[in-house]
Amino acid sequence: MSERKIGDVILKVDNISLRFGGVKALTDISFDVREHEIRSIIGPNGAGKSSMLNVINGVYHPQEGTVTFHGEVRRDMDTHQAAEHGIARTFQNIALFSGMSVLDNIMTGRNLKIKSSFVEQALWFGRARREEMENRRVVEEIIDFLQLQHVRKTPVARLPYGIKKRVELARALAAEPKMLLLDEPMAGMNVEEKQDMCRFVLDTNDQFGTTIVLIEHDMGVVMDISDRVVVLDYGKKIGDGAPDEVRNNPDVIKAYLGAH
Amino acid sequence: MGGFSARVFLEERNVMSAQSAHVADTFPRLLLKHASVRPDAPALREKYLGIWQTWSWRDTATEVREMALGLASLGFARGENLAIIGDNRPRLYMGFAAAQSLGGVAVPMYQDAVAAEMTFVLDNAAIRFAIVEDQEQVDKLLEARESRPEIAHIIYDDPRGLRNYNAPGLMSLEDLRARGRDYERAHPGFFDAEVGKGKTGDVSVMLYTSGTTGKPKGVCQSHEAFITAASGGAEFDHLTADDNVLSYLPMAWVGDHLFSYAQALVAGFTVNCPESADTVMTDLREIGPTYYFAPPRIFESVLTNLSIRMEDASKLKQRMYDYFMRVARKYGSDVLDGRPIPFSGRVAYWLGNLLVYGPLKNTLGMSQVRVAYTAGAAIGPDLFRFYRSIGINLKQLYGSTETCAYVCLQPDGEIKFDSVGKAAPGVEVKIAENGEVLVRGAMVLKEYYKRPDATAESIDAAGYFHTGDAGVFDNDGHLKIIDRAKDVGHLQNGAMFAPNYIENKLKFFSHIKEAVCFGHDRDHVVAFINIDLTAVGNWAERRNLVYSGYIDLAGKDEVYALIKDCVEKVNAELATEGELSHSQIARFLVLHKELDPDDDELTRTRKVRRGFIAEKYAPLLDALYSGKTVQHIETQVKFEDGRSGMIAADVKISDANRLPAVARAAA
Repeated sequence: MSERKIGDVILKVDNISLRFGGVKALTDISFDVREHEIRSIIGPNGAGKSSMLNVINGVYHPQEGTVTFHGEVRRDMDTHQAAEHGIARTFQNIALFSGMSVLDNIMTGRNLKIKSSFVEQALWFGRARREEMENRRVVEEIIDFLQLQHVRKTPVARLPYGIKKRVELARALAAEPKMLLLDEPMAGMNVEEKQDMCRFVLDTNDQFGTTIVLIEHDMGVVMDISDRVVVLDYGKKIGDGAPDEVRNNPDVIKAYLGAH
Repeated sequence: MGGFSARVFLEERNVMSAQSAHVADTFPRLLLKHASVRPDAPALREKYLGIWQTWSWRDTATEVREMALGLASLGFARGENLAIIGDNRPRLYMGFAAAQSLGGVAVPMYQDAVAAEMTFVLDNAAIRFAIVEDQEQVDKLLEARESRPEIAHIIYDDPRGLRNYNAPGLMSLEDLRARGRDYERAHPGFFDAEVGKGKTGDVSVMLYTSGTTGKPKGVCQSHEAFITAASGGAEFDHLTADDNVLSYLPMAWVGDHLFSYAQALVAGFTVNCPESADTVMTDLREIGPTYYFAPPRIFESVLTNLSIRMEDASKLKQRMYDYFMRVARKYGSDVLDGRPIPFSGRVAYWLGNLLVYGPLKNTLGMSQVRVAYTAGAAIGPDLFRFYRSIGINLKQLYGSTETCAYVCLQPDGEIKFDSVGKAAPGVEVKIAENGEVLVRGAMVLKEYYKRPDATAESIDAAGYFHTGDAGVFDNDGHLKIIDRAKDVGHLQNGAMFAPNYIENKLKFFSHIKEAVCFGHDRDHVVAFINIDLTAVGNWAERRNLVYSGYIDLAGKDEVYALIKDCVEKVNAELATEGELSHSQIARFLVLHKELDPDDDELTRTRKVRRGFIAEKYAPLLDALYSGKTVQHIETQVKFEDGRSGMIAADVKISDANRLPAVARAAA
């Protein structure tokens, strides 16, 4: 295996609190993510993991606290800005265009890179043409990378679950993100599909140097591929550190593995 | 007069060989010939990043030259072996020619073997140089190198994932070619001189036999052998530079080497490499090959998928399909073989082609197929007829690694599903006393690598290669392969008895799953039959025949009548087959249990273990030869959970009618 070089902190969340009316989803959460690392967020159901991701990419706006990405401090940001800053994500429930082919779905991930005007595109003229060829090349490289060649022209609705998840990853990668947020990329997969997905996540991290923030329930997967792990419980952070530290943290054992 | 012209001819040949490169009798010279005759025509294609990339003959020759010189710069010696491991990739095919340009031998290896399995071949062939596809193969070779440090140079085509590897001797093909270009500047003319030194009798490739019995053996084939086989086949099927093949079968297999390398270089046609193993069906449709090869199992899976998809089609389409497939069964083969058919049939078939067969062939990627071959295993007659009936010229051939897959071919218009055709041009075939097929010709192997004992055993003093297969010629001069020679026995009256051949005939009926025939040293042939529970169960349901399970169903009189019908059809076929007419089945029984590998009755590859079965069911076998009509037997069985138990049954025994041998056999 190659050695990845883990760099400086690129994302820092400080004292984040998020409330929906009276419900406290997140309370005073702080942690950071370093460049090129694989950072996992774990916790029991309802711990606030997805909410945390949603705060990072601007879906939710926390009442308190700040998010610092690449040295830029923000409190309110919309999803579009997050994407422009190089944050891409996949969703817990598959959110693809099911009637479109795999290729077209991944092409939508290139949306932000398209600079040509509507008229140019409609006429398939000048810049539009050059851009589409360039974008298609990037998409084809991702198809090659994630081994999706055999389903390139297949409508997403006809694909098995594991492949759909891979298409989601492909679309996120098409935006050439600096940071990739993966919300339970392996949920509902069988062992073989999980292994494939793990390999693709590791390869992405290795090949493109993409920083990855990952929510996952499968402890085996988390402990195997993460560099550092944050543990949430009832909206509070109860652990943070390398997989081994977290595994031996008594609070974590109590909250997460408690019953066993 | 004759002597004079012959001398002139000889002198001309001497002049030619002085300019060596003009006589295209080795693969590198063939490559250079195409590069000068048709420099811009496509030689190789590969789909990469969704687009078909093309190498013209000129590009191919240039890359081969650079690769060869790169190898030379690393010290690759004449006569040395070069391992080639990976999926079908243009640059790996070029690797063959690069090794051969330097007088070396290409050794393609199965890409899905694990490192431990590769060690034997790497060791046996004393591999120092390997050209491989990607990281997967590099990892395996690096693992193998721990025990075999002789593997000095590993050259890879696809650099993905190899960025951080820094093992000594590991190099990308790009770097190898860059070295080659440097070497060219320092040694101008070296490449052409090396190609000029090559002789047609030199070993060009070494293919390892699968080694189901004992260790794999390296089959050494010369340029001459494969060029003879390739040009014979190309002439036989009128292959030209305009043809197209899709190469997707393992490069280490003799069939792929003949079709995708030897014939491509002889005829000058285009070889297309699929994007990945999963995209073969799509790529097939995009390329539309004119020349196609597949083992029976691929034709079978295509047909199965087709049937499943037809069941999901609309009612109208289903009706059209059913109707026109009936038309195809009736007239299809006659249309293909150019035999006369009634006008109404011609119209119906034309319409069927427009509405069903044409679109179907298009979907399968077989619209352009002019010649398709299958070999390697017995193909069921229904399967074979299906493809021929919709207008695909599917034929069978016979050959082996030792004969460059070139012994017999079925000529157009003379297709029989149970023969493998006539002796191919330039091949002598004869049947030995014991029924074994013997073959002589330029395509016979030079030797088994480092195995003079095995070579002496399989090639006799007269130059005949002993195939190990038993066969007979039918009245039209077509060869029928009936069995492995060692399985063939004799009836008491001396007539040949080929159990496998009869069993295969029985198994072609969908109601029969397994059959075991006995007859060696007996006066007649008897058979154990296993019914196919799904097929016969279906059949019984449609007849409101009630049964409780396998044993019950197997013992039904109606089922016996059904099987008797199958057996008698086989007897009728055997009656027309000369010496084999004595092998008609006199008595049979339907076994009360399914033969199972767990009970050691079948091998893991589902071949019947005849001797073991004869012992285990001795009372049944005795009853078959004694004239009893029913026999009680108790058998031990192993269940899937590992327990074992006894089952008991009274097995009925049925006679079958035998027909007199058809007269022409006596002639």
